[in-house]
Amino acid sequence: MIALESKNIVKYFQKKKETSWALNQVNLQIRQGEIFGLLGPNGSGKSTFIRIASTLLVPEKGNMSVFGYDVVKESQKVQRLINRVSVEASFFRMLSPMENLLFSAGLYGLSKKEAIKRINEICETIGLEKKRMHDRIKDFSRGMQQKVAIARAFLTNPPLMLLDEPTTGLDPRAKREVQQLVTDMNSRYGMTILLTTHDMDEAERLCQRVAVIHKGEIMVTGTPEHLIQIQESKTANPTLEDVFLAYTGLTFSQVETEGVGV
Amino acid sequence: MKNRMLRELYAARAFIDRNLNLSKRYWKWELVFLVYTIANSVTIGFIGRGVESVTGTSIDAQFYILYMLIGSILWGYLSILFEIISETVTWERWEETIEYTFMAPVHRATHLLSVCGYAIIYGIIRSSVILLVLSFFFNLDMSSANFASAVLILGIASFSFIGLGMCAAILPLISPEKGIQVVSIFQSLLLMFSGVYYEIHVLPQWMQAVARISPATYALQGMRASILHGAGMGDMVQYIVPLLFIGLFLVPFGIALFIRMERWAKQKGVLKRSG
Ligand SMILES: Nc1ncnc2c1ncn2[C@@H]1O[C@H](COP(=O)(O)OP(=O)(O)O)[C@@H](O)[C@H]1O
Ligand SMILES: [Mg+2]
Repeated sequence: MIALESKNIVKYFQKKKETSWALNQVNLQIRQGEIFGLLGPNGSGKSTFIRIASTLLVPEKGNMSVFGYDVVKESQKVQRLINRVSVEASFFRMLSPMENLLFSAGLYGLSKKEAIKRINEICETIGLEKKRMHDRIKDFSRGMQQKVAIARAFLTNPPLMLLDEPTTGLDPRAKREVQQLVTDMNSRYGMTILLTTHDMDEAERLCQRVAVIHKGEIMVTGTPEHLIQIQESKTANPTLEDVFLAYTGLTFSQVETEGVGV
Repeated sequence: MKNRMLRELYAARAFIDRNLNLSKRYWKWELVFLVYTIANSVTIGFIGRGVESVTGTSIDAQFYILYMLIGSILWGYLSILFEIISETVTWERWEETIEYTFMAPVHRATHLLSVCGYAIIYGIIRSSVILLVLSFFFNLDMSSANFASAVLILGIASFSFIGLGMCAAILPLISPEKGIQVVSIFQSLLLMFSGVYYEIHVLPQWMQAVARISPATYALQGMRASILHGAGMGDMVQYIVPLLFIGLFLVPFGIALFIRMERWAKQKGVLKRSG
């Protein structure tokens, strides 16, 4: 079954007289149960794609559906099937993780009792200390905040999880923990995951299939192994990084120094 | 169907709990605003007490003080409703939670109405505290008041103010920068036009015409009629009908327009980013 299907999605932003193109004729199919990586440099349109899937942006042209439901016309049905983690943790800073998570659980229709049970389970899995669950989130480290953001998303058990650069800006250890969690959720619960990243190592480790996006256009789609194999005719001993470079025309250090994208 | 209703109810509770938690965590600011409002009301009470000695004429000072304080307390209540509701979007944008709230499977009506519910509870508690403090400073003689009429007018006035707040909440949704400024100007004009501290007939003709479309005008007149003159239900009809009318129009209109404009914001990409 297809978890997410995007057909000829076009999205641009018109601010004053300027038009910035974000997505141009994007076609993608994400199969149920897979971890799919959307790889691209900053500004390539990854977050825009995720926002359309999250019902937060309406595309100019094309259709996108989640498990058969149209993201624009049947947005509330889609909303029940998804959740999302973004680069920024996005919490009520003065509230505790518990208060933030209870709020989120309530929005997804969980009773307080169910929510507390789920929160405790998830925190155990993720390794969030119970005793810190009542401190203000603003005093948390970025890694900790990101863990709470992940807890918030997994709390609702979404069949399709949208992860927008979930590990960008995390220290190596926190990064590993998050990656482990992503694979666990996928293998244990069969959760379909769409992950955006510009970390090729991460993509190769986690994703069954990837697509490279550049300036709003999908350059290539396939399994990491297959893409690397194609690259062999051009580079000796290629890696996924070489594939990425070949399609985006950027050197890897350029991608890194552009900093954290929004 | 039942399941869906239940989910919306849990969501409503989540919104109310969240706002309570925010009030708790930002209690210092709550205190600051409360002290500010109380000091304001007390000042207005003293203005009333001083009228006789300033003008050298004799008036019913007790009556005048009560007249002014009703204006102050009711205006305080209505502005709180208006502010909490109109800041729904601004606040979430500032906290950067807006995308998470707007992608949740909650009907927008549930979202907006729960925030209104919270605003009413909060506004009533706050106004009661203010009234209590004021009663220490002034001898508030309410022996001729008709409290049933007062409660009725308060309820219906809340309803139409909710409608006003919802319409105002749309502005920050479509304009992240200018929205809240326009809302503030609107609020201060409402204060000037609605006869909070005076009868609207003291205003120039054109201002009186504007006053007649403001729900605050009827709320204040109705409240004064019930507290100062003990007006019964029959006398209240002239205030209740326009308030009900405004509310019945503004609440559904506000929700529908909000949903439309949310769609527009999602097209333009202004939900989160400014500029
Ligand atoms: N809400 C918005 N308003 C205006 N321009 C936007 C908005 N969102 C994205 N863009 C523009 O669209 C392009 C793609 O951005 P984005 O999807 O955030 O890329 P990525 O996530 O890959 O870094 C960029 O040029 C960006 O400036
Ligand atoms: Mg991005």
